[in-house]
Amino acid sequence: MEEEFEPTIIAFVCNWCTYTAADLAGTSRLVYPPNVRLIRVMCTGMVDPKYIIKAFLEGADAVLVSGCHPGDCHYINGNLKARRRMRLLKEVLSVFGIEPERLRLTWIGASDGIEFADTIKEMVAQVKRIGPNACKHQTVV
Amino acid sequence: MTDWYKIDRQGGDRLTDIRQFLKSVLGLESVSAMLVPRQLPTKDAVMPSLVSRPVLLDDADPLAPAFAVNSAKNISQLTRKGLDANIAAVLRPCEIRAHIELVKLHQSASEPVLIIGMDCLGAFSNRCYQAFLEENEGPASEAFCRARLSGAEPSNTVEISPACRMCEQPIPEGADIILGLYGISLDEGLFLQARTERGKEVLDNIGARGAKAPEQREQVVQSLIKERTEKRDQVFEETAAAVNTIEKLSEYLSGCVNCYNCRVACPACYCRECVFTTDVFDHDPLQYLKWSERKGALKMPTDTIFYHITRLVHMGTACVGCGQCANACPNDIPLTQLFRMVAHRTQAAFDYQAGRSADEPPPLTIFKEEEFDEIVGLGS
Repeated sequence: MEEEFEPTIIAFVCNWCTYTAADLAGTSRLVYPPNVRLIRVMCTGMVDPKYIIKAFLEGADAVLVSGCHPGDCHYINGNLKARRRMRLLKEVLSVFGIEPERLRLTWIGASDGIEFADTIKEMVAQVKRIGPNACKHQTVV
Repeated sequence: MTDWYKIDRQGGDRLTDIRQFLKSVLGLESVSAMLVPRQLPTKDAVMPSLVSRPVLLDDADPLAPAFAVNSAKNISQLTRKGLDANIAAVLRPCEIRAHIELVKLHQSASEPVLIIGMDCLGAFSNRCYQAFLEENEGPASEAFCRARLSGAEPSNTVEISPACRMCEQPIPEGADIILGLYGISLDEGLFLQARTERGKEVLDNIGARGAKAPEQREQVVQSLIKERTEKRDQVFEETAAAVNTIEKLSEYLSGCVNCYNCRVACPACYCRECVFTTDVFDHDPLQYLKWSERKGALKMPTDTIFYHITRLVHMGTACVGCGQCANACPNDIPLTQLFRMVAHRTQAAFDYQAGRSADEPPPLTIFKEEEFDEIVGLGS
């Protein structure tokens, strides 16, 4: 029997909102799939495009960037800068066959533990439907 | 502003007339020096030169199909730290666009520079220009100009660079003064267009007289733009199909040796220190072994695709399509086609066009409260 595809999702989550939401999901004992690797950053505004490009080239099946809702950013507008950067990255990466669906941006506030767990569940389901990132086995120079 | 001026033929060829015009501009008290493509006295090479002695403009050759560097970089060197003088610069349209981008990125200043923009006839790559010189046994700029304007092939052995063949912006829109070539008969003298108050003042001061707009020009220019746009779109389509997976992109870039010449030559890549030459990419020796073990083999030097995609993200919105990346590539990778195709998409995503206007802020330097909501969430 063929093993079911288990995607690897790299999630860059902001310290003030989505990381706190993930923490809340944990302390609330909510269950979400273990496919996600959380990387805590101080703000989505500090997520360098290189981090995301590197994740895909190394074979990540999807990348999630998640931070505070607009207006709630601890650094006032880091999330708005991140949104522009994500728009740019989606455009560039899709040229090379990395589907825009593999790169997600969400706003999840500190008290949204349930939403965090639901988001991860939904994202894992979506990436399972799209299938693995081809970079994992292809030659990448 | 679109006021036309005319300078009558002085006899001789068009290049002589152009040199005469440049001399009169450099003769103005308000102009200390002029950056202009010039035949080097030592060799047939044509390089941007900062000329301060008017008599040396006898070697100026802005019609030469040579395009060794994008002069926007030179203007940055001249003005970035503040220039307490005024200079004139004779530039191609893509150099002007790059200059505008650099001004917006605070790498250049526009105030000290009077821009004389040439209608662009295109240029050869550095290597092809050498072949062109050998074929003609010396500079043949006037013949090149005649051939291009009549639609004939300027050479039997080499083609104009791919960037120029697909360039749909051959008119130097951002100049103070446009030196017109398209749609103007060779025998009519020089037609110059003042595009700014500063340009108008200079033309008035050198005694050029007002003239009617050349009749054929608009039509010639429009049909050229249409033809080039079609060519461009065809190249975009072919290039997109050639790189639509990371594996195909790897194949496209397989000749890359990470020399980074493309970013050195790129006018839009302005970082003083590129992250790819810092310790961030000076990996631990064991790291290379780990990467090799994971897939069985690791191409060295590594991080090639990573470098090119990062550069597309960093400077794609500022790409003016000058083609210097491909010109500088020692391994003939068709980088211009790739960068222009991606840049066209990213610039469209932000409703931006590199070099179009000094008033449009570069897309990644601004943000708005309400925008791009469609990319937020899992259903987007």
